[in-house]
Order: sequence, then structure tokens, then C-alpha cells
Amino acid sequence: MEWLAAITTGILAGLGLWMLLDRNLKRVVLGIAVLGNAINLGVFTAGRFAGERPAFVDAGQAAAANPLPQALVLTAIVIGFSLFIFALALLKRTRELHGDKTTDSVSAITEQPAPDWHASEHEIDGTGVETRR
Amino acid sequence: MNHLLLVAPVLIPLTSLLLALMARRHLALVRAISLSGATLLLLVGIQLVWLAANGTVLSGQVGGWQAPFGISLVIDRLSAVMIAISALVGLVTLLYGVARDNDRFVGRDFHLFIQGLLTGICGAFITADIFNLYVWFEVLLIASFALMALGGGKRRLAGSVTYVALNLFATLIFLLAAGMVYGASGTLNMGELAVMMRSGEAPPGVTPALLLMLLSFAIKAALFPVFGWLPATYHVALTAVSAMFAGLLTKVGVYALIRLVTLLWPEQGLPHTLLLWVACATMLVGVLGAAAQTEVRRILSFHIVSQVGYMVLGLALATPLALAGAVFYLIHHIVVKANLFFIGGVAARICGSERLADMGGLYHRMPWLALLFAIPALSLAGIPPLSGFWAKFLLVKASLDAAVWWAAGIALFTGVFTLLSMNKIWNEAFLKAHPKGDEALQTQLPMRAAWGGMAALAVLTVFIGLAAGPLIDYAIAAAEQLRNPYAYLQPFSTSGGQ
Repeated sequence: MEWLAAITTGILAGLGLWMLLDRNLKRVVLGIAVLGNAINLGVFTAGRFAGERPAFVDAGQAAAANPLPQALVLTAIVIGFSLFIFALALLKRTRELHGDKTTDSVSAITEQPAPDWHASEHEIDGTGVETRR
Repeated sequence: MNHLLLVAPVLIPLTSLLLALMARRHLALVRAISLSGATLLLLVGIQLVWLAANGTVLSGQVGGWQAPFGISLVIDRLSAVMIAISALVGLVTLLYGVARDNDRFVGRDFHLFIQGLLTGICGAFITADIFNLYVWFEVLLIASFALMALGGGKRRLAGSVTYVALNLFATLIFLLAAGMVYGASGTLNMGELAVMMRSGEAPPGVTPALLLMLLSFAIKAALFPVFGWLPATYHVALTAVSAMFAGLLTKVGVYALIRLVTLLWPEQGLPHTLLLWVACATMLVGVLGAAAQTEVRRILSFHIVSQVGYMVLGLALATPLALAGAVFYLIHHIVVKANLFFIGGVAARICGSERLADMGGLYHRMPWLALLFAIPALSLAGIPPLSGFWAKFLLVKASLDAAVWWAAGIALFTGVFTLLSMNKIWNEAFLKAHPKGDEALQTQLPMRAAWGGMAALAVLTVFIGLAAGPLIDYAIAAAEQLRNPYAYLQPFSTSGGQ
């Protein structure tokens, strides 16, 4: 079974990386999610699939599966999900604010010169001042 | 009592976070909880440094589960001083935030997330388990994401997108590496792994997995060639946030590098050679990148990169003196760099811009601010009586002792160029007249608390410089402990090493 999981991991990781390299921001965020899942599967596979029964107390010594990789992956899935949701929220807000959909335009905006202190009444400027009243 | 002290660095900010969350409707209460939490953390940090300086190494098992199965926690000299200094920078950041916030909601969220960030940072400093380290990295990461985007606005959100994407990628690499280390070696405990590596009986897959892990730490620490995310994003956050990031976040990556490399490769080896080249390239690229910048925080961001190179140089040389230099540099740099960001923020606010071309006149109107800037700026460049001189002195001496004269040359060259950048900020923002006339300066700022915090950091910089002896002794002892990590290896010395 390990070989099947390993190949799946490889394919998923390749897909994830390919999407990460896309210009479209939506694909970049989805690429992170796909790569994250590939890595979760990879971590799980690296722990081996020896044992066929859940590692409960009454499972006995012999055929119980190693619970540690399961615990690791469970932790990683929970964390990865919350980070993915944050990234999606950030993406949504970015698009609402300036309708940018590509990685290039996002870096171009970051590279703009720092705004003046009192330049805009409705936006908090880059130096930490709030002019919103 | 010692068991409580062992978990206190995580427990205090976490409790403050939860209490502040419950009190979220009352901004004054949130501030009070947050500030007293950070003060308590600082006191605990000082107590930990005191214990560590007297040779006590706190260690324990979470939940009483035995060593390779449960999560080990260890606080040695390096961890103790990192916790103390993080608490100090956190406290000053909170003071700056209190002085600066006009918006209730931003102000409240700021306190919550800074406490979350401190939880993650302190957790990373006390853990002796690789997967646990991953979890603490995630805790500090999610807090840093929220802080990065805090305040909103076009430019900041665009920067946050870059920051989030690249840091998520680095963390995924770390997770993959942790999984592969477990798959190859069957353990996630740093001590057991160290025993395995030191006995030379590590299974074949462990070393590549560990090198992959070093790569993820290198991204976190912003080393060449994977430093690009840092100067591209740090200048968009709120001033207080970028100061805290500048002081602490890359340093968590450096701490993780120091911890793992000293534990796993006690002798000079492939990782050290790699790190030596990377360190020199990082110093050069950072300082040359800074020379091309024309905004205060962008110049300072590139200098974070170049300064991280110094610390990694100490780690790469791996002699006792070089490690002591790296530890000393770490402490000095956190104080100085955070302070420069704070002062840069105040200067930008007074001048009405952080573009150097539109700043000026500060030396005449605000001589105290000029003095306050000069102290950390000269210290960063390594001018004698200040803390940076001793940090650079230790590292240059260690490189010459190890006969790596070219690394010493690059370190000195980088110091000269650092001075050049600081000179640029000084000339443009402080000496020259303001383009709109000196009357355009907003000198009346209600920021008393922030001034106190910045002055405290500057005094500490001078103090470390004038009375460097005790801290150098502490750093040398810390380096000795890094070379003989008894507390990490001891649980496995009877069974694991065989």
C-alpha cells in the first residue's frame, strides 16, 4: 500500500507546485492547499502502514497500527485548514479592495513608494498612522 | 516551582490572550491584561536567566510521559535569554502600540495577536521535540499573519498575500521534513535524534530529511538565497508590528538553526560548510540591497537579512568562541533592530513620510530623537563602545582563529557598508532641512509610553556595550552548553546510545 500512497503524494505535490507557480492568485492559494494535502499524505506514508487495526487499548500488541503518524497528520490537517481559510479570507479582501488577481500586480502594489502620512482619509497608510476618523 | 517555571513562558502569554479575549469589549482592560502579562513574562524571563546563569537547566516531560514518547521541554542558557529578550521586545511593542493606536478595534486585536505571537515564540524556545516545534511555528505564524494584515489598506493586504504564501510554503517544507525524519529514524525527540546522529548509526534517510528541515529554517531566518520575502513585505505592516517582526521572527528561525545544528552535528561537517557560504552571501546581499533603498524601513529590512548572516557565520564556524559570538549577536541584534524600527516609525510620523527624500530637519527640532537613533544605528554598524562592536569583534576573532580570513573580511566589509546605510538615514532624515520647511514637522506627539520603551532599549544597548563582560561570559557558557547538550542527551544516554 505504501507505494500507492507514495505515488499519489508525488502526483499531488507536483500538481500543488505547478499551481503555486501560476500567475493567478486564486490558483496560488489552491496550490498551497493541494501541496499541503500532498505533504500530509506524505507524512502519513512515511510513518508506514504496518498493522491493520486501530491502536486502541484492546487491540493487543501484534497488529495495531502506529498511532503517532495519525496524530501528527491530524494536527497538521487542523492547522492547515485554519491557515487555508485565513489565506482565502485575505484573498477575498484583497480582491475587494483592488480587484487584483495576479501575483505581479500584488508585488507591484507592495513595491509602491510609501504613502504620505495624511495622504488618504480612508486608508491606514504604510507607516502605521491611522487617518480614519 | 521549577516545573511551573518551565511552562510559564507559554502559559503566561496564552492566559493573557484568553483573558484579553474575554475582556474584549473593554479596551482599557485588554491593555491592562496584555501589559501586565508581558511584564510578568519579562520577570519570569529574568528569573529563568538567573537560574540558567547559575547552571540550572530546567527540563521536563509534558504530562509525565517518558522521554521518547512524550514531549520534552528544556530551558538552557540560550532558551532562557531568548525568552527574556523576547518578553522585553514584546513589552516595548505593546507600549508603542498603546501610544499609537487611535482605532479601538485595531488596538484591541493588536494586543490579542501580540500575545498569540509571544506564545508561539516562547513555545519554540522551550521545546525539545521536532513536531512540537512545528506546532509552535504554526502558532506564531497564524498570529503573525493576522498582525501583518492588521490595519488593512491596499498596500498592506498586498504585502500580506506575499507574506502568507511564502511562509506557508516554508512551513509545509518543515512539516514534510519532520514527517520524513520520523519515517527514517522513528523518533521526533531532538535528544534521541542527536544521540543517533552522534553515534554515527543514523539510518540513511535521516540526513537528507534534516537538511530539508534546515532549508525551511533558512527560509524563516531569511538566509540567502531564500530571503526575498522579507524585504518585500516587512515595510507594509504597522510600525509596531514590523518592529516586533524585525526583532524576533527571523531570530526564531536562527534559534532553530542553532539548536538543531549544534545538537545533530557537533563536529564540522557538510552543513557547516554550506552554512558558511550561505552566511557570507547573506551578509553581502543584505547590505548591498540596503544601499539601493530609499525608505527607512526598507533599508532596515535589508539590514535584518545581512545581520542574520553574522549569526549564521558564528554557527557555521562552530568553535566555542564563534558560537558564543552568535549567541551574543542574537541578543544584541534583537534589541537594536527592534529599536531602530520603532525610532524610524516615530521619525516617519514626525516628518509625515518615511521616504528619505521627504524627511529632514529632525536633528534641529528633535535632538533627543537624533541621539536615540544614533545609539542603535552606530551599534548596528559595530562602533566601539556599543553592543554591536563586541558582537562583531567576537565573530571576526573567531573567523580569524579558524583561519577563515575571507569570512572575517566580508564581516568587516559588511560593517562598513552598514555604517554607510545608517549614515544615509542620518543625513537625509536628521541633518538636512525638511523639504517643506522645519515648521512642517509634527513635534507634538502624544507618545510618552513609546518614548519610555525606546529609551529603555537604547539604554540597554549602551549598557551591554559598556559592561559587556558578564554577557560575554554568559554567551560563552551558553555556547559550552550548546556543545555539550547534557539535558537533551541525558534521557537517552543509557538506552538510546547503545
